[in-house]
Amino acid sequence: MKQVSDGIGQAFSLIFSLDPGLLNIILLSLWVSGVAIIVASAIALPLGTVLARSRFPGRSSIIILLNALMGFPPVVVGLIVYLIFSRNGPLGVLDLLFTPTAMIIAQILLALPIVASVTRQTIAMLWETNRELLISVGANRLQQNATLLWEARFALSTAILVGFGRIIGEVGAVMIVGGNIDNLTRVLTTAIALETRKGNIGLAIGLGIILIIIAILINATVYFLTNLEEAKE
Amino acid sequence: MKSKILPLQLQDLQYRVGDLDLLGPINLTLEAKSKTLVIGPNGAGKSLMLKLCHGLLKPTSGRISWMGGDSLAADRHQSFVFQHPIMLRRTALENVAYPLKIRGLPSDERKARAIEVLELTGIAHLADRPALKLSGGEKQKLSLARSWVTRPEVLFLDEPTANLDPRSTYDMEKLIDQIHQTGTKIIMTTHDMAQVRRIADELCFIHQGKLIEHGPVETVLEMPKNPMTAAFVKGELLI
Repeated sequence: MKQVSDGIGQAFSLIFSLDPGLLNIILLSLWVSGVAIIVASAIALPLGTVLARSRFPGRSSIIILLNALMGFPPVVVGLIVYLIFSRNGPLGVLDLLFTPTAMIIAQILLALPIVASVTRQTIAMLWETNRELLISVGANRLQQNATLLWEARFALSTAILVGFGRIIGEVGAVMIVGGNIDNLTRVLTTAIALETRKGNIGLAIGLGIILIIIAILINATVYFLTNLEEAKE
Repeated sequence: MKSKILPLQLQDLQYRVGDLDLLGPINLTLEAKSKTLVIGPNGAGKSLMLKLCHGLLKPTSGRISWMGGDSLAADRHQSFVFQHPIMLRRTALENVAYPLKIRGLPSDERKARAIEVLELTGIAHLADRPALKLSGGEKQKLSLARSWVTRPEVLFLDEPTANLDPRSTYDMEKLIDQIHQTGTKIIMTTHDMAQVRRIADELCFIHQGKLIEHGPVETVLEMPKNPMTAAFVKGELLI
């Protein structure tokens, strides 16, 4: 127990002294997952909308693939990205393995299916409800989709936050493709795994507390958004 | 107001789903100015006819022509009030301004016109309320305001008062009359015969997808040519 209480004490001193090592790890985590969720959303929102509104060959396969990817173990997604970017892999020449970019790519693959699936379902439902109005006022397809996305704003923000929560707290994929290199690819989750194994319980707990604070902030935002949505109905 | 799109002509208009003939063939010409009410029992095809005219559905066969042609501009001069109001998740004011936004009007003009229509409709006090939170009667007035804001030449209303209490129905009927007085052609469905007597200039009676009778309201009510029309206007149940 002493180890834990010492650890917590050490953790707080690290947090409040803004330890540069710790700060680096936090910033890299936020950077990698932040960029990943932005890119994933930028692809997933239009993709989900197209899947909801259009019928084309291959549509069902994409939907099935997205649904399957949602349930994929992150470590397997990491393995796939690793194989693609490894020396002998199809994109090995890009030399991206063990860089933050590789981690961002893995996290995009983890977040994209969540956001795209929620977008598809929400937009399809809202199209049914608002179809006659949108046709009646003479909205063209682009205007229709813009209106539907705005109507879906609460559900979509929640999906994006859930996606962010999934990738910032994920360890397997970033460990495989990032390699947990100090000052380069070490993020909160991989650092916790490493420091725990090294016996640096204080640092591990400090990192854990930060991660928990981030998780709580995300959940609070989701809760707030959901309530806001209910208040509007 | 000089007519831009009327008369509306339906030629052999038919709507079929699979083997089911839901409507038609219907031949009918509707002129500007008057208030045309489409009556008939549930499932007769009243809503279907309005939705076909407005372009929400594509006819299986036949033709809908505005002013003798297939004017592409026609849909800019019409609007539609649905039986169940469809509200966007935004304020009442933004809902009314929405059709103007689609038409690319600048935002200050959108707002000014939306406020004006909300005032005319008597719901200016609701402007900043979320539309989804309004009561049924308020929502229906709001959707009437949203249809009015584009200053349509033709206003379709699909049983706009079917779910409203007498007070809201009275307000709606007064507003419909007010819109009509600005030169808008009213084409409206109802199955309420008292409402027909209060509003209609002209009647179309539809039964089982067929246009049974069409004419000035006095003629159809007092001297119906068809026994089914006679039975319906007397309030007998057509089964």
